[in-house]
Amino acid sequence: MAAVGPRRASIWLGVVFAVFVLFLYGPILTILVLSFQGPTGGLTFPMRGFSTHWFASLWSGLGVVDIWSAFGRSIRLGLAVMVLTVAISLLAGYAFRRGFRGATFVFYTAVASLIVPSIVVSLGIGVQFRLLDDAIKAAARLLGWTWLGEHFTTSAGTFTSGLGAHLTWTLPFGLLIMFAVFNRFDPRYEEAARDLGASPWQTFRHVVLPMIAPSLVGIGLFGFTLSWDEVARSSQAMGSDQNTLPLELTGLTTTITNPEIYALGTLTTGVSLLVIGLSLFLIHALRRRPARAHP
Amino acid sequence: MERVHRGLTSRAAPYWQVAPLVLVFAIFFVMPLVLTAVVSTWRYNEYEMLPALVGSNYASVFTDCLAELPRLCLTFKTYLSTLRLCAAVWLATLLLGFAVAYFLAFHVRSLAWQMALFLVCTIPFWTSNVIRMVSWVPLLGRHGLVNSFAQEAGFTHAPIEWLLFSNFSVVVAFVHLYTMFMIVPIFNSMSRIDPALLEAAYDAGATGWQTLWNVIVPLSKPGIVIGSIFIVTVVIGDYVTIGVMGGQQIASVGKVIQVQLSYLQFPLAAANAMVLLAAVLVIVWGMTRLVDVRAEL
Repeated sequence: MAAVGPRRASIWLGVVFAVFVLFLYGPILTILVLSFQGPTGGLTFPMRGFSTHWFASLWSGLGVVDIWSAFGRSIRLGLAVMVLTVAISLLAGYAFRRGFRGATFVFYTAVASLIVPSIVVSLGIGVQFRLLDDAIKAAARLLGWTWLGEHFTTSAGTFTSGLGAHLTWTLPFGLLIMFAVFNRFDPRYEEAARDLGASPWQTFRHVVLPMIAPSLVGIGLFGFTLSWDEVARSSQAMGSDQNTLPLELTGLTTTITNPEIYALGTLTTGVSLLVIGLSLFLIHALRRRPARAHP
Repeated sequence: MERVHRGLTSRAAPYWQVAPLVLVFAIFFVMPLVLTAVVSTWRYNEYEMLPALVGSNYASVFTDCLAELPRLCLTFKTYLSTLRLCAAVWLATLLLGFAVAYFLAFHVRSLAWQMALFLVCTIPFWTSNVIRMVSWVPLLGRHGLVNSFAQEAGFTHAPIEWLLFSNFSVVVAFVHLYTMFMIVPIFNSMSRIDPALLEAAYDAGATGWQTLWNVIVPLSKPGIVIGSIFIVTVVIGDYVTIGVMGGQQIASVGKVIQVQLSYLQFPLAAANAMVLLAAVLVIVWGMTRLVDVRAEL
């Protein structure tokens, strides 16, 4: 690449970039350090000793908030969203490549899902499931299904309305990545496979899939981490007492006044970094594989 | 066996392949928006929503808005302050995002370094937003690092109060969270610029600034527009970042809707949501006049 302008510009831009990176990582490093605050330490520096006291107190729970079941729910939901995002985006990517009637409309719907404010989507899903509940209760009364009438509370929940809400957020990203992947994919590989007698399924399994696998891992990474972190779309869509970890976290920002919240921050960041690390490792491994010549 | 294989290539294939996507968006995006529009004309009481076709919710959104002109009513004030916040975040992320993308695209020579530094910028995007907001507390708080430094260095005697739970901290948090949305599309546009164009400009005697303004900025426009759409739509409907970083004290359109929802005033919140949606659509429509989004992928 040709450098533009004088050397001085290069140095200044380098400084801007370095400051930006410091700006990105500085705050999070601060709370990583502060989460190891001593038992008498507070929310700010100085460090009063160095301990894992706040992790221990986090482990034993945060008073009324059942943080660990929220943690478990978020992990399970994140994994479900990840798998569905990869599968649905891959299929849709194939469909868009071949083309179908209404493709433009579907594409703009997906983009719209990304730019319609999350609170609006969440409100809509909340209202929809409320109306559905009312309809189910009314139907139960009408048909005399007393068992349903007595035991049914709501159809909204982590894996119904919650899952749907997250997918409206992750699928547009997945679809856009698939667009980028197939725009750069050379169809001559598939033609060659076909000429050599491969069936469509074999072409997909042995030619296309290995080449796009790193991108699929990337979509999975987006799926999990966007879900793991989602607040605004979840807020009205999770049902009662079904809060995910980030929802609980948002509530805790106003109530917790000790480094427990930093310990929780260190923990969730740890999960994120683990997922990112695994994904990058997998992408790297998948990229290297074609180099080992296949027979 | 042959029939299974034909499933992938038959003319019907794209339709079943796209069906799951269409189903998800139909059930969890289009239907909810339609129902929001419907419910926005309903009546409500403390317990339930009552089907009706009334304009009272919209009327209460715009209470006294015409009567009080030229003074601004509550809704207009809220929109104005939200839009000002949008403008501040947009300008900050645009300048920073453009500078970073420019550095990565034109001043980092090797592709490996380019990818590595790009990754460094994107990793925080995949970690928790709420935690990244909270992480400003030990820095900007009353006893935070910035304040202790300012006091020790003698810049100020009392702690600076406007650093945290203020418009300033909201903008800082937004820039921290979302500059990525600017960097990626702008970098994407810049990486397609043929270096020969820059050499041609240089050979023709253009200065660095002239090249930047007359060659690079116009060619980066699609990325700038896409990034701007992301930023503006994220900020205009936000209540989480504004809530946490504003100490729950700053009014915003999203916050109004969220408060009404917490009081179970669904039809009223729905009317507000429809107004917000209209505002967003007008802004996005205006921006897309400037560029063909689909050609850029």
